[in-house]
Amino acid sequence: MDRVEQAPIEDADSTSVVPPPAAKGTVPSPPGPEGLGSPEGPGSRRGDLVFSSVTRAAGLFLLVLPAAMIFQLVRASHLSLSEFGLGFLSSTSWDPVRLRFGAWPFIFGTVVSSVLALVIAVPISLGVAIFLAEMCPHRMRKPLGFLVELLAAIPSVVYGFWGIFVLVPLLREKVQPFLGEHLGFLPLFKGPPLGFGMLAAGIILAIMIVPTVTSISREVLLAIPNTHREAAIGLGATSWDTIRHAVLPVARSGIVGAIVLGLGRALGETMAVTMVIGNRPEASISLFEPAYTMASVIANEFTEADSDIYLAALSEIALLLFGVALVLNLLARWLVRATKSRVEQRA
Amino acid sequence: MSVNGHPSASPDPPARSSLLEPAPGERWRLLRSRIWTGVCVACAGIVLLPLFSILLYVITRGVSGLSTSFFTHLPVPVGEPGGGMGNAVVGSVIIIGLASAIGLPIGILAGVYLSEVGRRGRLANAIRFMADVLSGLPSITIGVFVYALMVVTMHRFSALAGGVALSIVMIPTITRTTEELLRLVPGHLREASLALGVPAWRTTVFVVLRTAAPGIATGVMLAVARISGETAPLLFTAFNNRFWSFAIDRPMASMPVQILTYATSPYKEWQDQAWTGAMVLVVLILFLNLAARVIAARSMGAAR
Repeated sequence: MDRVEQAPIEDADSTSVVPPPAAKGTVPSPPGPEGLGSPEGPGSRRGDLVFSSVTRAAGLFLLVLPAAMIFQLVRASHLSLSEFGLGFLSSTSWDPVRLRFGAWPFIFGTVVSSVLALVIAVPISLGVAIFLAEMCPHRMRKPLGFLVELLAAIPSVVYGFWGIFVLVPLLREKVQPFLGEHLGFLPLFKGPPLGFGMLAAGIILAIMIVPTVTSISREVLLAIPNTHREAAIGLGATSWDTIRHAVLPVARSGIVGAIVLGLGRALGETMAVTMVIGNRPEASISLFEPAYTMASVIANEFTEADSDIYLAALSEIALLLFGVALVLNLLARWLVRATKSRVEQRA
Repeated sequence: MSVNGHPSASPDPPARSSLLEPAPGERWRLLRSRIWTGVCVACAGIVLLPLFSILLYVITRGVSGLSTSFFTHLPVPVGEPGGGMGNAVVGSVIIIGLASAIGLPIGILAGVYLSEVGRRGRLANAIRFMADVLSGLPSITIGVFVYALMVVTMHRFSALAGGVALSIVMIPTITRTTEELLRLVPGHLREASLALGVPAWRTTVFVVLRTAAPGIATGVMLAVARISGETAPLLFTAFNNRFWSFAIDRPMASMPVQILTYATSPYKEWQDQAWTGAMVLVVLILFLNLAARVIAARSMGAAR
């Protein structure tokens, strides 16, 4: 549908686009077909035009998609937006029977579980990324990187399944009694050891975001030119000093980007969390208590929503989730990209 | 630093052997370096624990339920022996096929645009950026979006809606891999073709895309691996179905949704089925990932 509108507008433009005037890449600009007098005549030029318009339309699809998603989500949730207003964010009641909806328990659950996941995953991911980029023997680099990426390939529902049958019993029988006994004075570790709950969700999420944080951080570390390392080693720095003082500071904003990206993943992760978090819409400070996240409530209740306003409330949660994830991803990608291009310029 | 034996650095030069030894502060720095190296190695070890635990559980629990009836039979009610999730296997294949039919052309064409047409232009940069951003968005919200877009307008859940939802999941990945692989195609191939008077679009399709085809195939395999495990976008698009169904405008079962249903059920027989399903899914995804690696490595070797 785009291509019909696009073709005439881009007509004048595409002649200058096909042979780029300032292509900085490795590819030298090919001579435009019309410059050499195309042997196939005007027909091939039309072919080029059609082809570039079609590809451009496909590209534009990617730009239009987020806007279309926001539009649809706003439309689907407008009943709830107008009914509850801003109070939707802070209200704690979630009562489908009396048609009163507030998103606070879900926002709380999403934020706490994601932050917990970051607290667990970030140090480990950075350790792995540093190991892979700076220390690992060359031969181990690929297989180990592959194994870490496999963690990202395992489906969410399988993580959840494993969580129910391995992680939750482990927490219930070993970890939670231990924590309760020794750290039970902290409000974080109060309550009966149920297994299902915030702690289980945080751990599962941590495992799931490790590959994201690791691979992006590693990418950023590998983009840093070796001159930095050589300079530090030349000054007599140990290998750790080199990493700590010559590599990490340069990579910092890129690593922050990787962490934000991991946060975005954690916020939107659905199935595994839904299967282990216990699904109770209450905001409790204790990590042992069951909780609920925005993604989980959508997954569990969307097909059961029996009234328009119920569906609209769930759609508004989806809109909220989408908006937050969009902003986080924009920020993260910008950070990673800025770091990489700054580092590459300096090299 | 005085280890090199600069005379002014150490006023009282000790014996040669101790010159080679690190100074006291030096020793601490070396030790610290060792400790942190150890920490990083430990992290790499810790990270692999859940991976191996998951693979171990899925395979040991799942393998016993593996039989031909798993792939050919319908689910049976609790208490009845046998049964399988044949309809979910077929459903997954159909939904993934639909997603690929929609997602691959759009994704590959957009990748071609980024690499061959738009290149460093502002529009191309914006699209590139948005593709990266889209790949990180929660898939459940894609499900809600497609629900509002298709299920509401068609008045029923459908396999087609599931396919559309999964295609949205796969398009950004396909776009970015296609672009990166097309960039690897050496410029002189394009120049040679253009110099022979081949129009730019034919050069792109028959020279550039063809050269990059094996690489793009691996990208496609990885994308298919990714969407074959996606559950959240299917919950309220394709929904589920207890029976054989081949109509794409009707609700359809799929492996991940079926695994979810069985895994969260209280019945032992269903949970066993879910383990088997999980094993089939995980083995398939591992296979796709490994095969993609092998093909990529081989085609890289051929290009050099």
